[in-house]
Amino acid sequence: MESETGLSGAAIIAAIKRAGVTHVAALPDITTSAGLLWPLSRDRDLELIRLCKEDEGVSVCAGLSYCDRRAVLVIQQTGFFDSINAIRAIAVEYSQPICMIIGLLGKEPDKAPAESSRYGVRIVEPILDAMGIDHFCMETTVDVARLPEAINRAYETSRPLAALVGRSVDP
Amino acid sequence: MMRRDECFKKIAELRGDAIVVSSYSSAFEWRAVDPNPLNYVSVGVMGQAPSHALGLAIGLPDEKIIVLDGDGALLMNLQCLVTIAEAAPKNILHFVSENGCYEANGSHPIPGKGKIDFAGMARSAGYAHVFEFDGMNQFSAELPRVMALEGPVFVTLKIEAAGELELDYPYTHGAQAREDFRQAVKPLIAKRDAAV
Repeated sequence: MESETGLSGAAIIAAIKRAGVTHVAALPDITTSAGLLWPLSRDRDLELIRLCKEDEGVSVCAGLSYCDRRAVLVIQQTGFFDSINAIRAIAVEYSQPICMIIGLLGKEPDKAPAESSRYGVRIVEPILDAMGIDHFCMETTVDVARLPEAINRAYETSRPLAALVGRSVDP
Repeated sequence: MMRRDECFKKIAELRGDAIVVSSYSSAFEWRAVDPNPLNYVSVGVMGQAPSHALGLAIGLPDEKIIVLDGDGALLMNLQCLVTIAEAAPKNILHFVSENGCYEANGSHPIPGKGKIDFAGMARSAGYAHVFEFDGMNQFSAELPRVMALEGPVFVTLKIEAAGELELDYPYTHGAQAREDFRQAVKPLIAKRDAAV
């Protein structure tokens, strides 16, 4: 039975593998560090590309998609903000399947992103809506079940996706 | 100082089946020199050409990926040198045309014009081989050896600012360029998958 209170990094890794993901481009984010990124970095089935800045990852994932390789971009929402021009051009205007897993630093686990007391959390979903990017929030491991289908849809329709990470990820 | 179009003609002679990723002035000039469906021009954002190339290099590790970057563009994504060196793809050859100005945006000077050492930065970032050329004779003589090296390889081309270029942004950003490349790359994907 999936946890109804925690968010499992192992479940996220299993989910992206189920969607055929073979590559992960990432910058560390404390929300996903211990539970997701460290385990990812040790996973032999996934190739980790360590980035210096998040917008590089948008382009790396685009390049991989042309090679018929599926990737996810694991970043923090601050990196999402910093990468909006690349996401606007490459993911949205060029219609590329850029699949982002975005840690919401500072989000309170018991609140929806829109209800957060943090401005930097509240504005994430409205920005995604304005850009026309599909998104959902993974608050517990139950929500992770949506991830494989969402990634498959992103690649099948060649559209971007944002899976928000609503709480600190457990291993 | 060299002319970019002359440098590009030399690169085109040795290109073979390489994928060439380029942006802005370099893309416009390259397309005039060597139109080819394996030209990847859909980088979306100034500075991102090397990062797209990294994705292609990882996805198609047996294909040569040539990047035709500009100095102003590289300044917008300077950390990509470190990211590429860390990933260390053997199949990336990264040229930077250094003319000291933002040619596609009014030819304003780049910050640090004449003082920046791009080759030095690539070397300290960890590129496997780094070169700088400012004369055509030496460039022509050395290029075959440079293009045969295992990467990541970085090459600064000291060039003059070009004359008027046709800035064909509708093609660069258009769906046709992406579809042309997508179709052109399919045989390379099939070759990779058949080799497994």
